[in-house]
Amino acid sequence: MSLIEVRQLEKVYRVGVEIIRALNGVDLTIERNDFIAIMGSSGSGKSTLMNMLGCLDRPTSGTYLLNGHDVSRMGATELARVRNEEIGFVFQSFELLPRQTALENVELPLVYAKGGWRDRRPRALAALDRVGLSDRVHHRPNQLSGGQRQRVAIARAILNRPSILLADEPTGNLDSATTVEILAIFRQLHAEGQTIIIVTHEDEVAAHCDRVVRLRDGKVMSDLPILQDSAGRHRGGAGAKGSHELGEQKLPC
Amino acid sequence: MLNPLFWYQAIALAFSQIWANKSRAFLTALGIIVGVASTTAVIAALTGLKSKVLTQFESVGASKVFIFPNRPDDKPRNLYPWEKVRLKTSEARALRDECESIRAITPITEVGLEVESGDRKIEGLSVTGIWPDWHEIENRNVTSGRPFTAIDETNERQVCLVNDDAVKELRLPADPVGQFITLGGRRFLIVGLIETVQARFFGLNTSSAEIFIPFSVAEKFQPRDFFMRITALLKSPELAEEGTAEMRWILRKQRGIPDGETESFQVEAIDRFIQQFKTLATGITAIAGGIVGISLLVGGIGIMNIMLVSVSERTREIGLRKAVGATPNMILLQFLLEAVTLCLVGGFIGLACGRLLAFGMTQIPSAQLDEADIPLWAVVLAFAFSAGTGLIFGMFPAIKAARLDPIEALRHE
Ligand SMILES: Nc1ncnc2c1ncn2[C@@H]1O[C@H](COP(=O)(O)OP(=O)(O)OP(=O)(O)O)[C@@H](O)[C@H]1O
Ligand SMILES: [Mg+2]
Repeated sequence: MSLIEVRQLEKVYRVGVEIIRALNGVDLTIERNDFIAIMGSSGSGKSTLMNMLGCLDRPTSGTYLLNGHDVSRMGATELARVRNEEIGFVFQSFELLPRQTALENVELPLVYAKGGWRDRRPRALAALDRVGLSDRVHHRPNQLSGGQRQRVAIARAILNRPSILLADEPTGNLDSATTVEILAIFRQLHAEGQTIIIVTHEDEVAAHCDRVVRLRDGKVMSDLPILQDSAGRHRGGAGAKGSHELGEQKLPC
Repeated sequence: MLNPLFWYQAIALAFSQIWANKSRAFLTALGIIVGVASTTAVIAALTGLKSKVLTQFESVGASKVFIFPNRPDDKPRNLYPWEKVRLKTSEARALRDECESIRAITPITEVGLEVESGDRKIEGLSVTGIWPDWHEIENRNVTSGRPFTAIDETNERQVCLVNDDAVKELRLPADPVGQFITLGGRRFLIVGLIETVQARFFGLNTSSAEIFIPFSVAEKFQPRDFFMRITALLKSPELAEEGTAEMRWILRKQRGIPDGETESFQVEAIDRFIQQFKTLATGITAIAGGIVGISLLVGGIGIMNIMLVSVSERTREIGLRKAVGATPNMILLQFLLEAVTLCLVGGFIGLACGRLLAFGMTQIPSAQLDEADIPLWAVVLAFAFSAGTGLIFGMFPAIKAARLDPIEALRHE
């Protein structure tokens, strides 16, 4: 059983009379300990897909099996529980609570958890240690650099040992040196067995991943291991022939 | 279902929100502060006034009991001849000797006599026969001379007490003690001048010329089946019910009235007025309650407004909390707790102000409010109302927060 199985996922928005198919039949299978980059031009549906995978939203149609459970038809309360236990989010703009210390920010998921609140301190400290922030435990977000803030956010995301770590452009607000630091942390987590999905615009970021999923107009255009993906890109197209390529058309990147 | 950490952080967050927006929170809670302060102050004033007035009642005769003969209305008259119904001196003695809850007792009878003093002569002046206890019961003392004693009563001495009006009417010297006057053809020595009672609190006493003689002496002037009533003073006003019951029991025994049979007498305590005053005080308290209702409504709308502002300001935070696993109910609870906390803090400040006002009242001379104090029930009620306001008016913003879509919330600027 795969960790994630998505079949014919659709998300339709209606703005006035206009109908926008943000996702238009996405099929995707993700295994445990995958390290995936989701790429695609602006508006191609990357964030929409991430929100769907992160159980923040429900699809208009299609199925989404997470650990074998169909989460596409769950109610708001059940989804909240799934998010709490199975999913860790990292956002582009960090989303830390400004008046709380790094430690308190990291503990936040345990506030809403069923159990585990007793050993919150050691767990939060361990998570901060994993992202290399043991020396900034009692700092508030405004006393931290951008990269440090994002590390706090990552520590928060991995606190509950989620099945997947989702990051929507996690380095979008960071300079290239800091981006490298953050990616190193992701790599480390992946090496320790964490399943990670990153949405990114940058090839340098995608280069750290094992697999690249490219979206276009709400569809998966290609889904390749990183080597083939970059090889294809160097030849001027996404996805070489002979791989498990989904679209025949060339990508004019 | 919810872990202790949730409660801890929710309450801490509620207080830190207030602390972070101190002046805003204060202005918002002002409605509740003013409402609670004014209402508790009014209640404190009423409570003080009540205990004050009740002590005044007591001094006038809150613990007084009247006993009258009373022929039952629902029985044939011939079954209750006057001789059976009228109070007797022996009954007054029985009450005096047996009743535990009374401090003083006197039979009272009035006899119309011709009064002479020198060349002054008044026909049919009402002369009152009393026991010495009467002084204590009516709280009337002599301004000159001496009050009646037990010896006056037992020896049937021909002595009398007169008031100022009687002195004037009989053209006696200003201090008449030692003078003699003639009552019903007998010479009486004036032993004391009794103070004239102004028409007091309830206009019970409208006195003009008054002359008192010992009851045993008055009895001699009366026919055999004369009319008398009995007035008694209870040991304390709280005994009103118990004491009247005891007196009734003794009188029933005296008259041999079996259980269930209608009484041929009436025992009445003077707490009627106290009841009236209490009703009045309750009415004013209810009006004060109305005031608090209105001010809490106004305050509540302020709370609702500020909570809506808070929800919209913290939309992203709500989105994040939802993203990390807060259910709609947890968000709802969080915001309700914040509204309730805000209201309770307002209620607390209001109560403190109310106390201060109550203290201020006690310092006003001659305002009769020196016993003003906020009773415990008002404190409890103030907090309950504040919390209720938070719950009711915090509900709509809290529901709004709980229903926020996490994605939209996270995208909010
Ligand atoms: N709430 C919404 N209502 C209407 N349309 C929406 C909504 N959310 C997304 N869309 C539309 O769905 C499409 C996909 O949006 P999405 O945010 O997933 O793109 P994206 O790939 O993340 O783009 P970017 O790289 O700019 O972040 C866009 O055309 C967008 O306008
Ligand atoms: Mg996006």
